[in-house]
Amino acid sequence: MMERVHVLVCAGTGCTSSQSDVIVEKFRSYVRQFDLQDEVKVIKTGCFGLCQKGPIIAIHPDKTFYCHVLPSDVEEIVVEHLYKGRPVKRLELSDIDEETKEKVFEIEKIRFYAKQMRIALKNCGVINPEDIDEYIAQDGYMALGKALESMKPQEVIDEIKKSGLRGRGGGGFLTGLKWQFAANQPKGQKYVICNADEGDPGAFMDRSILEGDPHSVLEAMAIAGYAIGANHGYVYIRAEYPIAVERLEIAIEQAKNYGLLGKKILGSKFDFDIEIRLGAGAFVCGEETALIASIEGKRGMPMPKPPFPAISGVWGKPTIINNVETFANVPIILLKGADWFASIGTEKSKGTKVFALGGKIVNTGLVEIPMGTTLREVIYEIGGGCPNNKNFKAVQTGGPSGGCLTENDLDTPIDFDNLVALGSMMGSGGMIVLDEDNCIVDVARFYLDFIVDESCGKCTPCRVGTKRLLEMLNDVCEGRGSLQTLHDMEDLAYKIKDTSLCGLGQTAPNPVLSTLRLFRDEYLAHVVKKKCPSGVCKALLTYSIIRDKCRKCSLCAKQCPTGAITGVPGKEPYVIDPSKCIKCGACVTACRFDAVVRV
Amino acid sequence: MKSLSDLQRIRDEAKKRVGMREGNQEYRIVVGMATCGIAAGARPVLTTLVEEAAKNNYPVTVTQTGCIGMCTLEPIVEVYGPKGDKTTYVLIDPKKAVEILEEHIGKGKVKTEYTVGSSGVAL
Repeated sequence: MMERVHVLVCAGTGCTSSQSDVIVEKFRSYVRQFDLQDEVKVIKTGCFGLCQKGPIIAIHPDKTFYCHVLPSDVEEIVVEHLYKGRPVKRLELSDIDEETKEKVFEIEKIRFYAKQMRIALKNCGVINPEDIDEYIAQDGYMALGKALESMKPQEVIDEIKKSGLRGRGGGGFLTGLKWQFAANQPKGQKYVICNADEGDPGAFMDRSILEGDPHSVLEAMAIAGYAIGANHGYVYIRAEYPIAVERLEIAIEQAKNYGLLGKKILGSKFDFDIEIRLGAGAFVCGEETALIASIEGKRGMPMPKPPFPAISGVWGKPTIINNVETFANVPIILLKGADWFASIGTEKSKGTKVFALGGKIVNTGLVEIPMGTTLREVIYEIGGGCPNNKNFKAVQTGGPSGGCLTENDLDTPIDFDNLVALGSMMGSGGMIVLDEDNCIVDVARFYLDFIVDESCGKCTPCRVGTKRLLEMLNDVCEGRGSLQTLHDMEDLAYKIKDTSLCGLGQTAPNPVLSTLRLFRDEYLAHVVKKKCPSGVCKALLTYSIIRDKCRKCSLCAKQCPTGAITGVPGKEPYVIDPSKCIKCGACVTACRFDAVVRV
Repeated sequence: MKSLSDLQRIRDEAKKRVGMREGNQEYRIVVGMATCGIAAGARPVLTTLVEEAAKNNYPVTVTQTGCIGMCTLEPIVEVYGPKGDKTTYVLIDPKKAVEILEEHIGKGKVKTEYTVGSSGVAL
């Protein structure tokens, strides 16, 4: 029997953490209860992108999108919408139309989606990632079929070259060129690796693609194998992504059963197999040579390049390593043509880029935009700006290897080269928005703290240098810094960049250098005035009660966890003892007369 | 599977099952599914429409709606054409539903004897 309604529930990590798995079960049980099981199909799908409003549910063919759905809402949706045909308006995803000021429900009119263009994420939220037939229904594996049937390996490489596709993992190296290097190596054992070791704090693009559309990556890996003459592939993925790993395993199994992986694919002479390798979650294993070492069972540490992996990679054989998102673009390039892909984006950056929007932004989530979209469009139109009417301060891109961009950079079209020119980088696509309440020194310290944890320890500049740099940042945050500290920090930062072995160390000081350059005043306030303008660095804060404003109500003293506030109710104004104060801010919140101030 | 044509065959079958998610078909068929519609037998009409449309690859999206307001004439089936034209069929059963698909969608001819105008009810 043909179902008349499909209920697609987001089963990505974000929505699963807000009980979308329970929602799926409830849907199934209510659908049975109302005897709709032959008419209504409940499907787990991939990320819709608007994680902020999750769990998100799409109902087709009505194109109704429900957001913030609780398990307790399911009965109403089944009874009202699925049984009686009346959408539950209160749960519908909506936006306010800017011109008419009216509520709109159509997905195309919702600003979060209006400026997006989904290529890498095209199947996320559309198909059931655990059903290969649904991927095939979206022309899945047709690109592989086309390549095997009617293209020579070199033609595949030429097509990818012509498309201008660049690596989405951070470096932005031309994918076609990378494939060419490996293809040029003498015939013999070669490998294709998918780098799914996504490690930047706040980044979840690759995870979402693997959770929502794992077959697109497998298909692309097989295409790459055909292009360079490899018959074996590895997906290197961190064990911290259990849902993605599980879906990949299912996908590989299904592809093998269909003969889309394995021997003599689609009746050709081409064999290709894919294995999963689980990483333990070390950031450095995202670096190519460390990743290869980890696959070989060695400790995940980088090696000097050259030789590049395309010449000598895993087990010493020619290897190409591409990022998940890069692979996700490959099948559609072969199907729609390099010219189509190259028509999207800017002169040197083609296609789209997926960003994980996070931090102080209204619409946290996953967005895919054509290259050349401005930061302002991403942050204000798609992202909805900073919450609670706070002022935008900066946006951090490129994770621990990147840097900050400020108000002045907001109208710059986003592409690989523009972001580098502004002193940051594209990176893998993390985009963390900071508002006036974020202390820039504290942000730099956060990233460096991450690096100190993740440095593999092989080379001294990274192992010791980043640690010393972090200590200096701690000094600045805790009031021990001086102008000399800032000078020393800059000096050390450049030395680390110049002398580290791999990309991790070479880029580790970037968040420090970028913020030092853009927010020097804020650093100066920390070391000269010993003040933190955003009120984040606790050591530089003092709380006091304005005598004239105090109504002697004792509320603040009652809230103080350390008994630092003394006074007599109704008689003596209250005072804070700085030696006992732990700067928690509870008194500021408690006071109804704005008598407690933080300076 | 052994060849590209095997893959194409699987794709064409699978497309039928997920095609509804794309929406934007040429025709949109809406079935009244409020209490009145359900009581009058709208559910088999709806499922028949879905089945037959998929089987014959008709370019239609079949959805449901609430009470259309003419409860005595339920089950009601509304067909929205590519130019936004609307035809309202009344007192429909599964057999009539198949005829509507064949005539209206398949041949582009409105099945006038089932329309609300021919029902003899003064509106």
